[in-house]
Amino acid sequence: MAKPKIATTSLAGCFGCHMSILDIDERILELVELVDFDKSPIDDIKEFHHRCAVGLIEGGCANEENVRVLKDFRRHCDILISLGECAILGGIPALRNTIPLQECLDEAYLNGPSVYNPAKTIPNDPEIPLLLNKVYPCHEVVKIDYFLQGCPPRADAIWETLVALLTDKPVDLPYDLIKYD
Amino acid sequence: MSENWQTMVKDVCARCGNDRTRMMDIVRLVQQECGCVSGEAMDLIARQVDTHRVEVESVVSFYAFLSNRPKGKIVIRLCNDVIDEMFGARRVAQAFEQQLGIEFGQTTPDGLISLEHTPCIGMCDQAPAALVNDVVVTYLSRDKVGDIVSTLKSDPDPRKLVHKLGDGNNASELVQSMVHNNIRRKGPVIFDPLPNGEALKRCLALSPAEVIRDVKTARLRGRGGAGFPTGMKWEFARAAAGAKKFVICNADEGEPGTFKDRVLLTERADMLFEGMTIAGYAIGSDTGILYLRGEYAYLRAFLEDVLHQRRNAGLLGKAVCGKQGFDFDIRIQMGAGAYICGEETALISSCEGLRGDPKNRPPFPAQKGYLERPTIVNNVETFCCVTRILDRGPAWFAEKGSKGSPGTKLLSVCGDCKQPGVYEVLFGITLAELLKMVGAEDAKAVQVGGPSGQLVGPSDYQRTICYDDLATGGSIMVFGPNRDILPLVDKFMEFFIEETCGYCTPCRVGNVLLRQKLQEIMAGKGEAADLDYLEDLGQSIVTASRCGLGQTSANPILTSLKNFRGEYTSRLIEPEKGMKPTFDIQAAVREAAAIAGRGPAHS
Ligand SMILES: Cc1cc2nc3c(=O)[nH]c(=O)nc-3n(C[C@H](O)[C@H](O)[C@H](O)COP(=O)(O)O)c2cc1C
Ligand code: SF4
Ligand code: SF4
Ligand code: FES
Repeated sequence: MAKPKIATTSLAGCFGCHMSILDIDERILELVELVDFDKSPIDDIKEFHHRCAVGLIEGGCANEENVRVLKDFRRHCDILISLGECAILGGIPALRNTIPLQECLDEAYLNGPSVYNPAKTIPNDPEIPLLLNKVYPCHEVVKIDYFLQGCPPRADAIWETLVALLTDKPVDLPYDLIKYD
Repeated sequence: MSENWQTMVKDVCARCGNDRTRMMDIVRLVQQECGCVSGEAMDLIARQVDTHRVEVESVVSFYAFLSNRPKGKIVIRLCNDVIDEMFGARRVAQAFEQQLGIEFGQTTPDGLISLEHTPCIGMCDQAPAALVNDVVVTYLSRDKVGDIVSTLKSDPDPRKLVHKLGDGNNASELVQSMVHNNIRRKGPVIFDPLPNGEALKRCLALSPAEVIRDVKTARLRGRGGAGFPTGMKWEFARAAAGAKKFVICNADEGEPGTFKDRVLLTERADMLFEGMTIAGYAIGSDTGILYLRGEYAYLRAFLEDVLHQRRNAGLLGKAVCGKQGFDFDIRIQMGAGAYICGEETALISSCEGLRGDPKNRPPFPAQKGYLERPTIVNNVETFCCVTRILDRGPAWFAEKGSKGSPGTKLLSVCGDCKQPGVYEVLFGITLAELLKMVGAEDAKAVQVGGPSGQLVGPSDYQRTICYDDLATGGSIMVFGPNRDILPLVDKFMEFFIEETCGYCTPCRVGNVLLRQKLQEIMAGKGEAADLDYLEDLGQSIVTASRCGLGQTSANPILTSLKNFRGEYTSRLIEPEKGMKPTFDIQAAVREAAAIAGRGPAHS
């Protein structure tokens, strides 16, 4: 039987959650025994080629491109996991949610204390995806099956979860792995 | 001026014995004098009663009728609860906004009038209604607003708004209110004539244990909603250790749709106070407290006078009715607009001068209640029943009503019926019989027991009103054939979200989530799985909340899902699998598209 496939992506995240995936260290060798990676920054495959058993989502949705990718993941993956605070709650990017969009742009490109922008332009290339009015957690856009909390979630938690899901066992994370205070 | 207010605050504190457990009285009085309880006033109060500023602030910030910022000389609190909105409160609200040029939550620039909304003020049978300071204004309509505003502008005395007095004691010198009793059906327990003091004399001829035995033989159960056996509660309090014990009457009547205690306080005050006195004798207490909801402040002077007359007649005070060794008196504690204070342990907190937070149980109030002393808390109607039991005997009482629920029950009926008002009926009456009585045979739905009760439909109309079937503290709201159910449920959820004390996360947060989901469904963005979500979350709130408010707060959702499921399912949609129908990409990029001057690339 062919190995199950997994996919990962970073939406409005810092890639910290992906670093945590890599933090499973040498177990990545075991992981590739268990699965093949499909669309993921880890193997730099840009689009889906196969249906996947699990999709790991880092980051929430800050722009229209994030929404497109997230919906694409939902259509291609049996199980979707929100990985880390940004995916679950919006995280740091969502700090802008209480500030009007125009003010955010002005601060970032015109008024911020470290900004050097003599032409006073706000980037507006047609290639740049439009920002959403606020940063949405993933489960407000598509149905999410599991939430792995942490900023980032611990490598061991990611590992245990993936192995359990891929071997069809219940996910039973020890308290230490999900305790963050 | 600044010295003046300091003298006043000090004086108020001194009049309350510089006693921090009297905080409710202190802050109410200060607000009465200054229009608010400012930060400086809080500091001074804290110093005077030897506590921390935060203790004062936590009280002022908790109660809807207290404020740390000045409001208008006149505060108009318009009820925007379910019933009032059914009868045009929104149009009335708009008219007020137009006439005054301000929105709700604001004060006119001249500082004369503030506009606020409030949940049920116990006038549902004469809705829409409002409180103008302490004065109740009923049967409001859009075209009366202009008159009200111009009257207040020419003379800022809200009493001027009362043109025609109500019936009974509403017209008495000390009430002078336009409220109507609307007593539609008189039964034997509450409304039969009652000679003043006779029941008390009969009581004092018995031993306290015999009085409790009589209340137990009558099988009287609490009329406030929960139906706990009254005699048993009294026995616990009597047996509890300690010389000082308290009798508290719960006249908070905050459950929307309930207004029968209002009528009892107006017409049966003697019967109530006599019942409290009997309770004092039975449990061995010399102090009673009537906790009167802030909304009923218009009855206060009248009730004080009834107490005064009872003292003069020897029915209260030292050696009641000449009985040596039995002293008993009653004082009135005002509330300040908080539904949760009807919950008995929150009510005790409030009496102790604290925020109206419920307490953990055990210990139960009968063991450790007000000021840690054994305390019984009973509803107004319960005490009235006690007086009748001593008057006619327990056997007379016990044979009335149904087996598990002896006696009669006062129901306050409102909504889409021909004759809203108060009905004294025998327990065991079917809903169908009641609906016929009130002129509402065509009812589409009935909310029994207020928002914390159940919403039932015609298939339940053969069920009976009693503790073992459809229990109610008195609230019966009727909804006619053309009413839409989900907006009612939404309104009930708004009520709990406003009134939670905030201590438990399931109650504070869970209800907000329930309402959000409900509103999504109402907006045509719900899917089948959302109904499971509502049920699961509702059940969690019921299970994980600390007090009765949280434990019943999901009922509007849970009972309407059970009895009116079609109202939900007919609004559901089937979105693309896995996608959230509530997420609207067009709306989400609209702002950025306007800023960038281009349309979205995807979607
Ligand atoms: C949120 C909440 C509000 C309540 N409000 C009232 C009320 O306004 N009046 C009342 O008598 N009981 C109210 N109760 C019930 C009281 O906690 C208590 O059970 C009752 O006063 C006991 O008196 P009874 O046994 O005579 O009914 C409320 C309970 C809860 C949980
Ligand atoms: S959750 Fe933390 S580590 Fe993960 S993307 Fe967000 S900020 Fe980075
Ligand atoms: S259930 Fe609600 S009202 Fe009751 S204690 Fe908890 S938060 Fe307060
Ligand atoms: S007075 Fe408005 S609902 Fe009761």
